[in-house]
Amino acid sequence: MSLNIELETKHDVLCIRLSGELDHHTADELRDQVSAAIEKNKIRHIVLNLEQLTFMDSSGLGVILGRYKQIKQVHGEMVVCAISPSIQRLFDMSGLFKIVKMEPTEEFALQRLGVA
Amino acid sequence: MKNEMNLQFSALSQNESFARVTVAAFIAQLDPTMDELTEIKTVVSEAVTNAIIHGYENDPNGIVYIHVTIEDGLVDITIKDVGVGIVDVEEARQPLFTTKPELERSGMGFTIMENFMDEVEIHSQPGSGTEVRLRKHIQNRTMLCN
Repeated sequence: MSLNIELETKHDVLCIRLSGELDHHTADELRDQVSAAIEKNKIRHIVLNLEQLTFMDSSGLGVILGRYKQIKQVHGEMVVCAISPSIQRLFDMSGLFKIVKMEPTEEFALQRLGVA
Repeated sequence: MKNEMNLQFSALSQNESFARVTVAAFIAQLDPTMDELTEIKTVVSEAVTNAIIHGYENDPNGIVYIHVTIEDGLVDITIKDVGVGIVDVEEARQPLFTTKPELERSGMGFTIMENFMDEVEIHSQPGSGTEVRLRKHIQNRTMLCN
């Protein structure tokens, strides 16, 4: 099982849709693809859709926090949506929800950022 | 009845999913809930990742060892490396503590293990390696149904 990464740019928002498993092995690829897209497309905000993500561990928390720091430099926001209860527990444990917003769907997340 | 298994593999990141899926498949005979299986997979992933990144500092010649026993609903997992070891185990257990922030490590590995398992023991010696012992009771639903 690997990670499938789908990226879509809407204005200055990058939608990241993940399916499969996010661990240390797949985190590097995610970091590289998203970092490049942020710089190339002048991205300010990120919507992270985790609906199809079946597994995540602390390596996922690390790469998400890393991208948050990247868009924080351009005063952007990160919104996570469609998160499963088990992955939400990891977010809760790490305190990531203090800086990252959560919405039930991608549509709500985009509305929050004013691009829906 | 006691049942046990051993697994050893190269310290390569592509073996992280192999390790967690294999341990989960072994535990499946206890009829755990989906949540319990996810918790076991997550902690195995954490300990194996630690062995690869920290224990062996990404040297693929390193070998990661996993030993699992199940007996009366108790899962007992030992994950071991013979790598660099941890200088200060108490410091390493602190939430958000990491020695490798430049690699975007979250420092949450041991915290997750402690949250998802009943007991977490860490034995480590600088220069000779680290052994993490993880224990958890699985509710025996089959027995409750009988």
